[in-house]
Amino acid sequence: MKVDRRSFLSFILGGAAGTALSPLPWKLTDDFSIWSQNWPWTPVPQKGEISYVNSACTLCPGGCGISVKKVDERVIKIEGLKGHPVNDGGLCILGLAGAQLLYGATRIQTPIKKVNGRWQKLSWKEAITELAARLKELRAKGSAHTVACVAGSDRGTVPELFSRFLAVYGSPNFFRTPSIWDSYELALYLTQGTRSMAGFDIENADFILSFGSGLIEGWGSPGYMFRAKGLLRKNGGRMDQIESRLSKTAAKSDHWIAINPGTEGALALGLAYVIIKEGLYNQNFIDQYTTGFSDRKKRVIDGFPPEIVSKMTGISTGTIVALAKDFARARKPLAICGQGQGHLPGNLQEFLAVHTLNALVGNINQPGGVWAVPEPDYIDWPELEMDGVASEGLQQTRIDGAGSYRYPNARYLLHRLPQVVNASDESPVQVLFVVDANPVYSLQDTASVKKAFEKIPFVVSFSSYMNETTALADLVLPNHVFLERYEDVPVAYGFPKPIIGLARPAIEPLYNTRYVGDVVIQLAKELGHAIGAAFPWADYATCLEETLSDNWDTLVEEGYVVDAEFNGTDLADAFETDSAKFEFNNNEIRTLAGYNPVKAEGDEASYPLLLVPYDTMRLASGYVGSPPFLVKALEDTILTGSQVLVEVNPATAKQLGLSEGKTANLTTPKGAARVKVHLSNGIMPGVVAIPRGLGHTAYDKFLAGKGVNYNQLSSPVEDPASGHDAAWGIRAKLSRA
Amino acid sequence: MSTDEKVNEVSADTGDQDPITPSSGNDATSQADEDGATGPIILFFIVGLIASLIVGWVIFPQLLYSQKRQPVGFNHALHNEEVDNECESCHFFREDGTYSGVPKLAQCIECHEEVQGEDPEEAKFVNEYVAKGREVPWLIYSRQPDNVFFSHVAHVKTAQMECVTCHGNIGESESLKVYEENRISGYSRDIWGKNIAGFKRNSWDRMKMDDCSECHVKENINQNSVQTLKGGCFVCHK
Repeated sequence: MKVDRRSFLSFILGGAAGTALSPLPWKLTDDFSIWSQNWPWTPVPQKGEISYVNSACTLCPGGCGISVKKVDERVIKIEGLKGHPVNDGGLCILGLAGAQLLYGATRIQTPIKKVNGRWQKLSWKEAITELAARLKELRAKGSAHTVACVAGSDRGTVPELFSRFLAVYGSPNFFRTPSIWDSYELALYLTQGTRSMAGFDIENADFILSFGSGLIEGWGSPGYMFRAKGLLRKNGGRMDQIESRLSKTAAKSDHWIAINPGTEGALALGLAYVIIKEGLYNQNFIDQYTTGFSDRKKRVIDGFPPEIVSKMTGISTGTIVALAKDFARARKPLAICGQGQGHLPGNLQEFLAVHTLNALVGNINQPGGVWAVPEPDYIDWPELEMDGVASEGLQQTRIDGAGSYRYPNARYLLHRLPQVVNASDESPVQVLFVVDANPVYSLQDTASVKKAFEKIPFVVSFSSYMNETTALADLVLPNHVFLERYEDVPVAYGFPKPIIGLARPAIEPLYNTRYVGDVVIQLAKELGHAIGAAFPWADYATCLEETLSDNWDTLVEEGYVVDAEFNGTDLADAFETDSAKFEFNNNEIRTLAGYNPVKAEGDEASYPLLLVPYDTMRLASGYVGSPPFLVKALEDTILTGSQVLVEVNPATAKQLGLSEGKTANLTTPKGAARVKVHLSNGIMPGVVAIPRGLGHTAYDKFLAGKGVNYNQLSSPVEDPASGHDAAWGIRAKLSRA
Repeated sequence: MSTDEKVNEVSADTGDQDPITPSSGNDATSQADEDGATGPIILFFIVGLIASLIVGWVIFPQLLYSQKRQPVGFNHALHNEEVDNECESCHFFREDGTYSGVPKLAQCIECHEEVQGEDPEEAKFVNEYVAKGREVPWLIYSRQPDNVFFSHVAHVKTAQMECVTCHGNIGESESLKVYEENRISGYSRDIWGKNIAGFKRNSWDRMKMDDCSECHVKENINQNSVQTLKGGCFVCHK
């Protein structure tokens, strides 16, 4: 029998017929369709028990309540906590994306130390023993004051444990990262005599006059501000934004008044001029509850008539007069300040000028006004018993000079630390703790900060992320991240009522991380003597529970304790100044340098433009880096590929021969960067802007190497009145690449 | 030239070489080829048919599914005697109405913190999983693809259906059968059914879309999805 073509075809035909009569084709079709509709590599939330943990978000000092949704032991979603007094169910994009920070790829999973430039793992015991030995040695040498700490806050148990540790160890060098709240606290202290936090009753105001504050771009507590702005609108309130750039807040305002950047304080004084001159101020409030009005009046009338202010600010006198009248005639006018999200303290005299506007209309500690919210007072630990070394160490002046003769009013001047370290032969800081902060990224003039950090012999980072500061550290003792730990949330910035929140772990820690509070306590015990005795708690959990004892049960149950009745202290008791009144002027205010717009660094001839930073909700620019979800959500007017866009007015672009989408070199006295041009009529001619929060060198591939870090191009400018960093921008030039 | 002449020419030519035999022989062979070829052709057809039927019905199903054993043995019948609330004792509904599915370690530990009997499988379970705090990676026979939404509470509580209707008599089994995993889709063979042709005798033999809709049509339940008001696609495919 011969197999030829015909028989082969016959075989095939038989095969085809047989196959068609078998389940094979039908079953395969079905299986492939199931496979293709359920790609095995597509992530699908696992099935399991759904549960919610009510907690507080600690990614920024906004104090929002969150509800963490879990399937079994996996966090799958974070939402705003309904009924929470701050955010009532709302949440910003960073909070929503928080789970990516928990499961992200850049977590540091165990203690590590740098040996010859390489990271080496070590056990917690080894790490703490090694650090303790170093601290013992320094203390024995009489150099206790060379140990310093940079923290994201100075309130709450964790920062307080650090400052307590430093005090009993013998160092005055505790630093808080800078922000507008430095200036607000100082403005309240100087005029009202209280150490308190500014709270803003936005929802009950009827006219918000914002001097550049990004009310819906992360200023204060974003969760509260979104909600309050909505309520303000619902109540028919008005919102005016004074800013050199058409920010989102400006776009959502009734009026956007473009101003020469850095002259906001002058405008506030100009408005005060009109209000005083026209007699539109609140006579009753001025008479009953204030002193120094005549001094203030003279200073304003002599120095800031609308014509002069108009020249400084670039705003017409007509607009100034009309704005002042509208503001003073509103029922509940409220002026706020601090640029963007408020990352820089700014010009103290500007804050005083704006705060004074609120005083002129008598809207202090009133519904719809600015309230002095008392500092949280739940931390009431036993008195410290200092030994000789500690007392001696605390006598030393702070490295940054805060509180000294030169800077009597400032409490922390972190921006001066790199300058002082770089200017010394031997670093005045021998050991530096960094907790909840990323100064190498977030302080201005990155190159100089980096140089200083490299010069400091031993940097200890408590971050669970390999951020820019941690990359330069010598020892990393990773803390649990925010969804893994208990932590008190002592404040919600800008929220008008005293509130304490409690962050609770949603899941067990994923890695070999440890409570930073536990590390401090263990370190103190290892050092022994008076230092160990100052920390009587077995661990951080005990410390936290004992500290919050009165409120603990409520906090565990509700997630927060709020003084809902607080309506601003009664004006008769509100002021703790010598006169027990609001002081427009007093000896301390008198000694401050007068108002002058802070000048941007750089000479006009070489750098004809002004570069200002702007903030967006879609980029985290604090100590937490943006998780991938945020970077994905960025508009292409901010970032395309890995290139950042610089906003340029078409008129300016024409002069420079630039057009939309062209690559350009942006140069400042501090550095240069390659950027892409984005033409926008929403920015003043002569001013250019880039966003904060990009240009990371650390973190994951989703964030690192994208865009430019604004801080790398800018530098701090010292406020003559307070010593704080008052820079709002820097001179720059833009040229075709 | 006439036709006759042509013929003559041809025959003359052939006559010169080999007048008759080769041509008649050729004819005979081709005739025989044609006759004899029908047989082999049909044979080849049948061979192909049978081979493909064997491949399709016997070999293919064996190749399609991989055989996996459950990590630990389990005796449903034994456990069923010990509990008060039948299936729901272990496969319970949570407070929010969601269905817990296969029990977690935490439930098993309630009784099996220590080894209780002499079954080596129990000892394995206690030593390998309970002692180490690891969840047992059970292979789930009835897991539907991810693009199917299925609510147990709607069927068991609202419609008062018996577990057996869909799951069969698994509760009476003394051991866990081999888990056959579809190499292409990754799901259990139980979804398509043991019978490769797709025939079923019992309601629980198969659990494909047609089986769901068969009952929905019969009972006239949820035949239109809220979204479309025509066709019930979105009832299960959310």
